[in-house]
Amino acid sequence: MEKVSTITGVAVPFRRSNVDTDQIIPAVYLKRVTKTGYDDALFSAWRQDPEFILNQPAYANPRILIAGPDFGTGSSREHAVWALRDFGFRAVISPKFADIFRGNAGKQGLLTGVVDEPTVERLWAELEASPGMEATVDLVARTVTVGNATVPFEIDDYTRWRLLEGLDDIGLTLRDEQAITDFEARREAWRPTTLPAR
Amino acid sequence: MTVAYTEHRPRTLAEKVWDAHVVAKGENGEPDLIYIDLHLVHEVTSPQAFDGLRMAGRPVRRPDLTIATEDHNTPTLEIDKPIAEPTSRKQIETLRANCAEFGIRLHSLGDIEQGIVHVVGPQLGLTMPGITVVCGDSHTSTHGAFGAMAFGIGTSEVEHVLATQTLPLKPFKTMAITVEGELKPGVTAKDIILAVIAKIGTGGGQGYVLEYRGSAIRSLSMDGRMTICNMSIEAGARAGMVAPDETTFAYLQGRPHAPQGAEWDAAVEYWRTLQTDDDAVFDAEVFLDANELEPFVTWGTNPGQGVSLSQTVPDPATIVDPNERAAAERALEYMDLAPGTPMKQIPVDVVFMGSCTNSRLDDLRAFASIIKGKKKADGVDVIVVPGSARVRLEAEAEGIHTVVEEFGGEWRFAGCSMCLGMNPDQLQPGQRCASTSNRNFEGRQGKGGRTHLVSPLVAASTAIRGTLSSVADLIADGHEVDPRFRTIEGATV
Ligand code: SF4
Repeated sequence: MEKVSTITGVAVPFRRSNVDTDQIIPAVYLKRVTKTGYDDALFSAWRQDPEFILNQPAYANPRILIAGPDFGTGSSREHAVWALRDFGFRAVISPKFADIFRGNAGKQGLLTGVVDEPTVERLWAELEASPGMEATVDLVARTVTVGNATVPFEIDDYTRWRLLEGLDDIGLTLRDEQAITDFEARREAWRPTTLPAR
Repeated sequence: MTVAYTEHRPRTLAEKVWDAHVVAKGENGEPDLIYIDLHLVHEVTSPQAFDGLRMAGRPVRRPDLTIATEDHNTPTLEIDKPIAEPTSRKQIETLRANCAEFGIRLHSLGDIEQGIVHVVGPQLGLTMPGITVVCGDSHTSTHGAFGAMAFGIGTSEVEHVLATQTLPLKPFKTMAITVEGELKPGVTAKDIILAVIAKIGTGGGQGYVLEYRGSAIRSLSMDGRMTICNMSIEAGARAGMVAPDETTFAYLQGRPHAPQGAEWDAAVEYWRTLQTDDDAVFDAEVFLDANELEPFVTWGTNPGQGVSLSQTVPDPATIVDPNERAAAERALEYMDLAPGTPMKQIPVDVVFMGSCTNSRLDDLRAFASIIKGKKKADGVDVIVVPGSARVRLEAEAEGIHTVVEEFGGEWRFAGCSMCLGMNPDQLQPGQRCASTSNRNFEGRQGKGGRTHLVSPLVAASTAIRGTLSSVADLIADGHEVDPRFRTIEGATV
């Protein structure tokens, strides 16, 4: 997993609340067998509408999504994070995230920052005043900067540390690699192996 | 987990197996890192796990502790033809490519060890006491019948185990389910577990490992114990276990992957220690009287909605809890059943004999012992699906396929089949099925299909009479039955 510290890029003022994972990625895409290539699936129902914000040229290559409250509710599908990531998003800012979505995001290198609702309104207003404007999410300082406004966001220390270090769950466990190897050396000979039977 | 396990504390079976697998102890409420002895893989939950490894450039740490089979999507007819449904075909092809790329042993369609992942592990002798087993499938609990700690995991955990052969986990709570007494003839392991689920509810086991104990459990064959552990998940539990004993050892000895010689002796010596200590304390306890049990059947759309076969469809109006009442009303509407209908008057369209709950040789033998020399009821389709290609051959060596075919049933190739609507074997909308599988959820066996969960003996009796029936009903009708069942109460043979 890539290390995350500062993300700079086009920010999308996403004036929607209660964005559930079925809207982020509809169930039909769950039949696929890959972990990448879900960019076409992101918000696919909404993208049918030419007016939808992600269809506007100003937002062609977005990196930061600034959404209303209760983002990522509904089914626990990890595909929701994959779809956002594959589309190019590296950070989502919202007043409130669904717990499972936020957990999945933290494990997969997608930064989720919480700011209060009035602040989100302020950021939306700034971004809408100049569509396609870049923003900066600074994980070290825990701030979002849009134009002249720099505001703090919340993220727990543990998730922040993981993102800064670029540690997914496997990376975390592999810090105990020596202990695993030692354990393997102690395993009894009778334990099963799937190699061709004797 | 605040209490550290120590060697001297009286421990349950589950705690002993857990302790033996701690690679690194979690501090301050962090999970323990647990070593995984055996990782079973199938086509549905593995593709993204392999893709994740590929993206990160990670190998499979222990291909020699990993094994794969094809089961959920495989057809049970014409297995030599390409799979027609594109999603199913893609999943199988992806598994084959991934196993080839990462060096994992795969039992493909056509291989004698192909079949339902939870039938294949035990038949190979890979599943054994005191090991940890995981698979991206909730019914991994099946393997606990050997005194293994076995539980289902999600796709990201599959990737984690492939890469590290470990999982970070917090210890489960323990629940003793004690079943004492002797089962009446015609009452089986399936009836025990359906009664347990009806008693504790589909959420009753949440967060627990269930340990099944007592004389009724001890008297079961390994196949029967697997049926019980299999459905632990339907009681909401993470896993189910039975302490190993002579029945376990006898089953394992001589299987292809079982230890041999001095290793076998060392293993058995250790396995004998895998009993819950007399003074160990469970977090919860449940008791069931085996003498009281009757053949059991579900009337609703979750496995906890069941009654004895001799009872009637319950009246939701008599259910006190408003949520349960609403669930019952909705279930009866979906099942198209009226309150007060005797269960035995309910006619079925299909009988499905199979699934990881009941597709082993013992199950097929029980089914065949009832239908032998008889004809199925008119208008009822009977599908018999062995759990693995090996079980199929073993059954054929005993002539079970002929019994099924002369009865008017279909003898199929191995797989999950009509347990779930993921392969060509599906119920049509509105069809009603007596099924030996484990889930009666809406649409589970096909869109609009209606499922009654039953034992192999009830499935067989139902196939003969056309309505939900027990062996006792066959006897009352004057049918000749296998001598084992002649002592059934009220029988006049
Ligand atoms: S038989 Fe049914 S429950 Fe068992 S693994 Fe297959 S689909 Fe799952």
